[in-house]
Amino acid sequence: MISVQDLHVTFNPGTPLERRAVNGIDLTLQEGEFATVIGSNGAGKSTLLAAIAGDVAVERGRIEIGGRDVTRQAPARRAARVARVFQDPLAGSCAALSIEENLALAAMRGARRGLASALNAGRRALLRERVAELGLNLEDRMGDRMGLLSGGQRQALALVMATLAGAEVLLLDEHTAALDPGMAEFVVELTQRLVKAHGLTTLMVTHSMRQALDLGTRTVMLHEGRIVLDITGERRSSMDVDDLVAMFRKVRGGEELDDDSLRIG
Amino acid sequence: MSAIAFWGAVELGLIYGFVALGVFLAFRVLDFPDLTVDGSFPLGAAAAAVAITAGWDPWLACLLAAVGGALCGLVTAFLNVRFGILNLLASILTMIALFSVNLRIMGRPNMAVLNRETVVTPFYDLGLPDHLVRPAVLAVLVLATVLLLARFLASDFGLAMRAAGANARMAQANGVNVGRQIYCGMALSNALTGLGGALFAQIAGFADVTSGVGTIVVGLAAVIVGETLFRTRIMLVALLSVVIGSVVYRIAVQLALSADLLFLKASDLNLVTAVLVTLALILPKLRARRKAVQ
Repeated sequence: MISVQDLHVTFNPGTPLERRAVNGIDLTLQEGEFATVIGSNGAGKSTLLAAIAGDVAVERGRIEIGGRDVTRQAPARRAARVARVFQDPLAGSCAALSIEENLALAAMRGARRGLASALNAGRRALLRERVAELGLNLEDRMGDRMGLLSGGQRQALALVMATLAGAEVLLLDEHTAALDPGMAEFVVELTQRLVKAHGLTTLMVTHSMRQALDLGTRTVMLHEGRIVLDITGERRSSMDVDDLVAMFRKVRGGEELDDDSLRIG
Repeated sequence: MSAIAFWGAVELGLIYGFVALGVFLAFRVLDFPDLTVDGSFPLGAAAAAVAITAGWDPWLACLLAAVGGALCGLVTAFLNVRFGILNLLASILTMIALFSVNLRIMGRPNMAVLNRETVVTPFYDLGLPDHLVRPAVLAVLVLATVLLLARFLASDFGLAMRAAGANARMAQANGVNVGRQIYCGMALSNALTGLGGALFAQIAGFADVTSGVGTIVVGLAAVIVGETLFRTRIMLVALLSVVIGSVVYRIAVQLALSADLLFLKASDLNLVTAVLVTLALILPKLRARRKAVQ
């Protein structure tokens, strides 16, 4: 479960570069709920995810994961319960380490790392099995450097890494945006499969209206650091991409009206 | 080059093998350009010299030097992690401070450690010529260190350290406390350098505050030469190649200095070092270009 209450994040506060990235967001995701997040550039989507993961400091508000307050918890400690996949396929894994070393690292997320061998026979077999499930024929290349793989392969492995250590929450930040269409489709399918299999509470930022409606059970639209649309259930299932785009336009148009009214007022 | 000169070069190369392993850990594993070694090497030498002169067991003196070196690394890491001082600058600050610290430790710029019990002394009775005993003992020590280090870097903790250096963001997202890894890595790196300093003091028979100047270049030279000779992904081989690089570097320097044709004097050492390191840096690029042309 994720619970975000009255969240405010401001970059460079008190300077000419001050920017209110998140401006009062309240959002609760029940356990196992899968929500997609859309919004124009600078709407605060990535900042919301970064705040939940602990990468950016929260100015005001409260973040709970699984009922526990993590607002001030260091990102590395939070990682025990929060798994992430980044937009940049190169960001989620170490190019210089082998596939199995990357996976072994992720398998210990949240656990105490000691001096036991990271690649003992038992773990090797387990990791190989998980990679084989992908069907990308990577299980015979476990010793290869991660840097030799394509972006799509790395992103698929990043998803496997995210689900190795039993996280409660999965944060996906446009994780298919940098992939070619075929691979993006594969990663989307894999995402659905893994989220379901592990019962993960998932927040997925996307630029694709199609993905926003097709994936998960809830769609949230952000604008200027606030939630302007939060649809679920029948209302969502009766909606098509055109409706969503129309709403997206309306929200942005509304902003212009607001400005005018301010000027008139 | 005489046999004595050759084995002398091997001996020095093995001593600096510890430094090279430390530099490898900082530069290659942690991606932390660390000049602290210019201070922690003479610190190790000074601590060992003082301890041995005070009648300490030489192994205990080595341990003391390693702990002292680790503390130096922790100071640099503290400046970098806690206060966000640029890594290179943080290490320069520690290095400069250590010059004074080392003078304090010895109470004078240099001191002799002659006719004292060292880690090598018991092995002189084995029947081997003295100039072979020293490299043999050092080789065993450095090999043991390589094995321990390879095992460490293959552990969960070591893997986290490698990830912290290679991709800090990814490491953090996987629950690795990157700051803590920098503390541990820098402590370990400079402990190895301090140990190298302690062995140097015992085998060369003196400790000198200025003996640290250029330690980083020598360490880096060893790493680069090693990487040029053996390009590998296997950690154990990479660590071994760094030690071999250190020995090869010393032999190359000895050859350059002893070749009458080259008109070089001992005082040309730094110039020779710079040229050798530059060559080692250029070689892989030339090789890559030739490959690209083909």
